[in-house]
Amino acid sequence: MSVVGQSVPRVDGAAKAAGATRYLDDLVFPGMLFGRTIRATIPCGRVTGVHFDFDRTGFTVVDWRDIPGPNAILHVTDDQPCLVQSEVRHAAEPVLLLAHPDRETLWAAQVRLDEERAEPVLDPRRSPRSHKDILIERGDLAAGFAAADVVVEGEYRTGHQEHVYIEPQGIIAVPEEGGGITIHGSIQCPYYVHHALTHLLALPADKVRVVAAELGGGFGGKEDYPSVIAAHAALLAFKARRPVKLVYERAEDMWATTKRHPSIVRHRTGVTKDGRLVAMEIEILLDGGAYVTLSPVVLSRCCLHATGGYRCPNVRIAGRAAFTNSGPNGAFRGFGAPQAQFALEAHMDRVAEALEMDPARLRLRNVLRPGDTMPTGQRMGDDCSAGTVLRQAVRRSGWTRKRRAWQGTDRGIGLALFCHGGGFTGSGEERLASRCTLETTATGVRVLVAATEMGQGSWTVLAQVVADALGVPLEQVAVAVPDTAVVPNSGPTVASRTSMVVGRILERGAKDLKERLGGLAPAEHFRRHGPVSVTTRYEAPPGLSWDEEHYRGDAYATFAWACDVAEVRLDPDTYEARASKLTLVQEFGRPLNPVLALGQIEGGTAQGIGWALTEEVVMREGAMANAQLTNYCIPTTLDTPPMETVVVENPFPHGAFGAKGLGELPMDGPAPAIVNALRHLGLDLREVPATPERVMDAVDRRARPTAGR
Amino acid sequence: MRPALGTITLREPRTLRDALRMLRDEGPLTPLAGCTDVFVQINFGTLRATEFLDLSRLAPLRRICEEDGRLVIGALATYTDLIRSRLVRRRLPMLVAAAREVGGPQIQHRGTIGGNVVNGSPAGDALPVLSAADATLVLASAAAERRVPFTAFYTGYRASVLRPDELLVAIEVAPVEGRQWFRKVGTRAAQAISKVVMAAVRDGTPRIALGSVAPTVVRLPRTEAALAGGAAIAAAQGVLAEEIRPIDDLRSTAAYRLRVATNLLARFWADTAA
Repeated sequence: MSVVGQSVPRVDGAAKAAGATRYLDDLVFPGMLFGRTIRATIPCGRVTGVHFDFDRTGFTVVDWRDIPGPNAILHVTDDQPCLVQSEVRHAAEPVLLLAHPDRETLWAAQVRLDEERAEPVLDPRRSPRSHKDILIERGDLAAGFAAADVVVEGEYRTGHQEHVYIEPQGIIAVPEEGGGITIHGSIQCPYYVHHALTHLLALPADKVRVVAAELGGGFGGKEDYPSVIAAHAALLAFKARRPVKLVYERAEDMWATTKRHPSIVRHRTGVTKDGRLVAMEIEILLDGGAYVTLSPVVLSRCCLHATGGYRCPNVRIAGRAAFTNSGPNGAFRGFGAPQAQFALEAHMDRVAEALEMDPARLRLRNVLRPGDTMPTGQRMGDDCSAGTVLRQAVRRSGWTRKRRAWQGTDRGIGLALFCHGGGFTGSGEERLASRCTLETTATGVRVLVAATEMGQGSWTVLAQVVADALGVPLEQVAVAVPDTAVVPNSGPTVASRTSMVVGRILERGAKDLKERLGGLAPAEHFRRHGPVSVTTRYEAPPGLSWDEEHYRGDAYATFAWACDVAEVRLDPDTYEARASKLTLVQEFGRPLNPVLALGQIEGGTAQGIGWALTEEVVMREGAMANAQLTNYCIPTTLDTPPMETVVVENPFPHGAFGAKGLGELPMDGPAPAIVNALRHLGLDLREVPATPERVMDAVDRRARPTAGR
Repeated sequence: MRPALGTITLREPRTLRDALRMLRDEGPLTPLAGCTDVFVQINFGTLRATEFLDLSRLAPLRRICEEDGRLVIGALATYTDLIRSRLVRRRLPMLVAAAREVGGPQIQHRGTIGGNVVNGSPAGDALPVLSAADATLVLASAAAERRVPFTAFYTGYRASVLRPDELLVAIEVAPVEGRQWFRKVGTRAAQAISKVVMAAVRDGTPRIALGSVAPTVVRLPRTEAALAGGAAIAAAQGVLAEEIRPIDDLRSTAAYRLRVATNLLARFWADTAA
């Protein structure tokens, strides 16, 4: 019986429900020490002295001089030191490391740093340095504006966002005989950590082993930062010659680790009287923070989603990720696309307002159809469902009636059309050249991939794919723990790529394996002939091309499409906007496991509601001042409204069993849909989170329409 | 950075007498009840105390009863106790409303009203209720017992007239005439620290108390007098705006708090109109 498309229970579910799953902090190694990080408190300047106001007996102390290789966390580039030598570029930057067998003694140790503060750059608009600049041009912008009847301009902003994975970041480093090191950790991308550590520790690849423990959530926060913690734990473990556990407390995690990039996006749009987009000029500014980390890649995805689901012949998109003396921002579910599409979709409602046109109608007039092209020249095929999701969302939500009936009440309805490119940008997947292995065992077949299980259900879905492609029951498929000593590099667990890309490689591999087995069940073949293994490499869908230098061609193998309709109610006394219902129409190829897909949609939407309304990172001196769960408020169940989810199927022939990427898509829509629902109430909000404090200001502007802008 | 707890000492008296004697002879001690604030302070590194007095064995202090027409709430009554108490629901429904909005069920099971009072956070959700109800606090020491009006208890930010050798043992509330009203405004629908919290009683002389707008919970005598004197609500809102001076902090702004407080005043007045 086929299991793809069935909501089979998750393979890791029973252990998690029973509390038997062992997360990183549950692991204990003989002789293990606890680690602690001493951090700078200034946003910019120098560390000129260190004072240890405690008895150092029994402590292991590490500073930058203990690093065997280059003092750099290697990722996109190598500008980020592992430990401060003297220059400090952001508050919470790691300076020293301590380890001790007793946690209490470790916490009690007092280290004072002499710090010389210099004037920081905290406003990305005033930053003298770019981490990355991108320009995408198409058509003739001046001619486009000349042909426009109406030009609408605006600036839109989004704030930081903290991941709030339920399990804080943590690593255990275990020194091995022969000079190697094994890293256990809450890690999304084991091979990223492997790459960074071989560089930092100047070790050959086979001396570094990285094992991903089961993750209590990641959301992108455990894509790049674990390399930093792993480096720290490894240095302590090498020096102490004992295993070292370095687990962050919540406050330290929120203070020191990466966040979603804040954005300032300017739109200038030319449109004809009947609502045709003829010119779009878009300037994107991301606050990259103090080091490059993943900012160039986030900026890239941001620029490539800047015109979303619309066609326009004349476009200019200029993107900049700027250096600031705040903590480096990094990967977060959506990876630049939510920022771009928040600005775009909030702006589209202002364009509709300027034309006195229904916002859904304006979108329908410009929505991408098969045969249309995006600004990079990427041609839409039959996998483009932009119009379908938009029309369904309008119909299913009762848009037209509510839009009319709620005029002048405390209720508003707004929508956002959005898309998300699946897998790595451009030729990224070809560069990754991911490999997946399947091997026969005494009980069936084992899946060897580096894809981690962080709650999204990847192990279950990949097992379903292999079971069906191989024609065996699901119970005969086991998924190996991601361990770089065991599994091949199937790429990082990011970019909505696991089901679509890794799943597809496995689907192909399973078909190869099936031929090799010659009609025998895997376990039977194993008994007769011993183990067989098949390793399969990524193959790009045919006909894709990408020019990285000029940003021309196929930015993504395919896009997933969605339209969210938000209904909000405004409390006239407290200015709280509460979403009362959401209609989510989403096309992501084909759901491989409908219940898990629904989990991604509802969870991502809740995270989007938090970003839209309550999650405000208060920054002071370039660091998070409200680094506590009491003062940084993610939505509770009571803040999460009923969601009506409609899954539109449009199988993608080059994803596993028709799958496109899903994990990030739901994050892109809620914020603009909610802000547009507030606009339906006459409230001009151009920034998220739309906190009651900001809504109050918008209410005041509504009351005095001539004041301000 | 989480601080080291170091060596902490916990004393576990079995009777109130023993507890008060320990406070007198072995102090200063920090009393513990539900620990819901203590653990937050430990995690934030703001707890300096190392000597604790565990009150959890003093079951009689958890009683809720009526005495001589007064509602008497033991200091160790939990929010869940308040929510479930028929007596409190009948006599002081605004306290039930406040208790329901404190944290989530786990916090409501552990946290005590006495802890809320003694912890003295200006954002304590039960405090405006006790203020508007003109509650009386019963403070006991080994030597004596005294009664202090709730409105005279606090002397500043997290400071009160409670002496180190005293325990808050009970809260007494005389019958409250008039309609009671409560509203908490937090950052989200539940599990939030108040940005503004108001409790009020509509009687001949209305009684109005606000939290999170000053270093302590405050009553609004001038606003109350204006309303008692028949002022229009808009005028009373003007008085309120002069009467409080909220601040900007991590959770909200002074402007927001001021405006929402005036809005809540109008909402209270409209909701409780005959």
